[in-house]
Amino acid sequence: MSSGSMSEDEFIGSDYDDLNSQDEESDMEYEQTEDIGFSEVVTEGQRRRAYEVEFTVLMLADILAAQASAASHVAGILGVTQEQATALLRSFKWNKERLVERYMDNSQEILDQAGVDLNDTRPRVFDRPEGFTCGICFDDSGSAVGLRCNHLFCQDCYSNYLTQKIVEEGECRRIGCPEARCNVVVDEQTIKKVVPPSVLTRYHHFQDRAYVEDLDNLKWCPAPNCENAVECRLPHSSFLTIVPTVQCACGYRFCFGCSMGDHQPAPCSLVKMWQKKCADDSETANWISANTKECSKCQSTIEKNGGCNHMTCRKCKYEFCWVCMGPWSEHGTSWYNCNRYEESSSTDARDQQAKSRASLERYLHYYNRFANHEHSAKLDRDLYMKTEKKMEEMQRTSDLSWIEVQFLKKAVDVLTSCRMTLRWTYAFAFYLARNNTTELFEDNQRDLEVAVEALSELLEKPIEREKIAELRQQVLDKTVYVGSRREVVLEDTAKGLLEARWEFNTNVEDL
Amino acid sequence: MSLPKRIIKETERLLADPAPGISATSHEDNLRYFDVIIAGPDQSPFEGGVFRLELFLPEEYPMSPPKVRFLTKIYHPNIDKLGRICLDILKDKWSPALQIRTVLLSIQALLSCPNPDDPLANDVAQHWKDNQDEAIETAKEWTKQHASA
Repeated sequence: MSSGSMSEDEFIGSDYDDLNSQDEESDMEYEQTEDIGFSEVVTEGQRRRAYEVEFTVLMLADILAAQASAASHVAGILGVTQEQATALLRSFKWNKERLVERYMDNSQEILDQAGVDLNDTRPRVFDRPEGFTCGICFDDSGSAVGLRCNHLFCQDCYSNYLTQKIVEEGECRRIGCPEARCNVVVDEQTIKKVVPPSVLTRYHHFQDRAYVEDLDNLKWCPAPNCENAVECRLPHSSFLTIVPTVQCACGYRFCFGCSMGDHQPAPCSLVKMWQKKCADDSETANWISANTKECSKCQSTIEKNGGCNHMTCRKCKYEFCWVCMGPWSEHGTSWYNCNRYEESSSTDARDQQAKSRASLERYLHYYNRFANHEHSAKLDRDLYMKTEKKMEEMQRTSDLSWIEVQFLKKAVDVLTSCRMTLRWTYAFAFYLARNNTTELFEDNQRDLEVAVEALSELLEKPIEREKIAELRQQVLDKTVYVGSRREVVLEDTAKGLLEARWEFNTNVEDL
Repeated sequence: MSLPKRIIKETERLLADPAPGISATSHEDNLRYFDVIIAGPDQSPFEGGVFRLELFLPEEYPMSPPKVRFLTKIYHPNIDKLGRICLDILKDKWSPALQIRTVLLSIQALLSCPNPDDPLANDVAQHWKDNQDEAIETAKEWTKQHASA
């Protein structure tokens, strides 16, 4: 965490503009955007819960307005035009403070870097200069384009060059003069004059993308075809103790820290660890150690698939007892009974075996439940389709109005989000050390799980005409209850993270 | 598909006025594919060697750089086992104002000044850093073995 002196609780509840105890770097990031004045699209409630964070959804228009506002502010300070200020800000990744500071030190260098010329009257296009041959196409006809470095190229080649840089390479931050080893930056005026309109549109589009990507407190909504961005001003260092879950105006819930889908209550670092564990084949090794033994002479891996305990290694022909791993020569004829089990020589090998078996079982316990809720969430989606039909049916068969049958949709929505939460509680629990707080967590987890399954069962019941009113009441009650159980789980885990109450069996902060 | 005027002119000039120690001739059946020979520069571990390379001009040339690869085995920290070359102008520092000639001259210069701080062949670069004299000996050895005409 940062060197902030406030407790985490106050930190969450406080107005971020008052937060002066951050280190210098992030301090600047705050000031940088604080007076931009985004229009609020999603307004959070007055009292936020511990698992909620403050955020704002930005549409494209908001993003453009924010850029314009920052530019006019800088234009006022530096005495340049709005357009020049925008170019300067872009080359400084929209870091106003650093730009103004560096500009005061060495304005010419900063202007050159951004490709800005304050008294810009130079023509960009020259009509058939004398003795000109384009260094790209080797032709000497047509008009030429050049920057203040006087490296001239014909207009077609210049346009092709810029189009290649913009369209193929997605470059919008700094395009250099086409001449080799020339560091002069192609300014926006030149780009506007030279490239076709479609390429210019792409260029502006990339610039807007770069704006969001350059700022730490902005993220694109990862949902397909969604063009909104979300602003969240929490410092990245806090994401170890806060799960910054935000919801775009398009409805998609995602984590601001890692852009993955909502993974509350597990923090990002833990999610990464869990996914790595599930994805890599470290568990294959676990299976091998749980199901096989090594020949005590040549170390070949052996799986016993039947027969008596008298083993003969196929590789080195060593004969041993599968139960105690001792040499068979000491066993006599007790083929199905090893009475030497307590011998100390073989206990070590057996301990090892038991430990790895237990760890595998533990992992599988959590993984199966994690995967099961993922699977059930998919089934819930099917259920939702069925629910839609059910709702139509209910409107036909009862005197309920459309608005009154919405309870089913609401129930499925709540159910899905609860399953997502439950799913991640299992990844969370896998990394929890065994103690009293963990037991409390598991109680909350169980309560939510029981409630979720009960609601799920209720929704799958066939609808009977005379019992609709009763069902509606039941579903409504259960939905409210399930939602409140989810809140309990999220609130408790989020508070625990802030208070550092949870004890993990691995180092979560390493990642 | 016709060959751009630029490529025709470059090919002509390479034949008419070759750079010292460098020859590049295009294939008759593929005018974008060049056989290149670079003589090992004097006072370098590659002196006396004759190195064969292939050079291909992609469709986007000169907006994209040519693809160049050593065919002769060479012990050099910026050239790997497959003959691929680590040279900035062949990647992000490419400029359409550069030409086949300038690229080949840069490769020739790279033979004179190996740069073990930006390596492609890690083991060779390490060797160069740990024991430069010994690495140069190996390079001379390889030149004798693989690059003698």
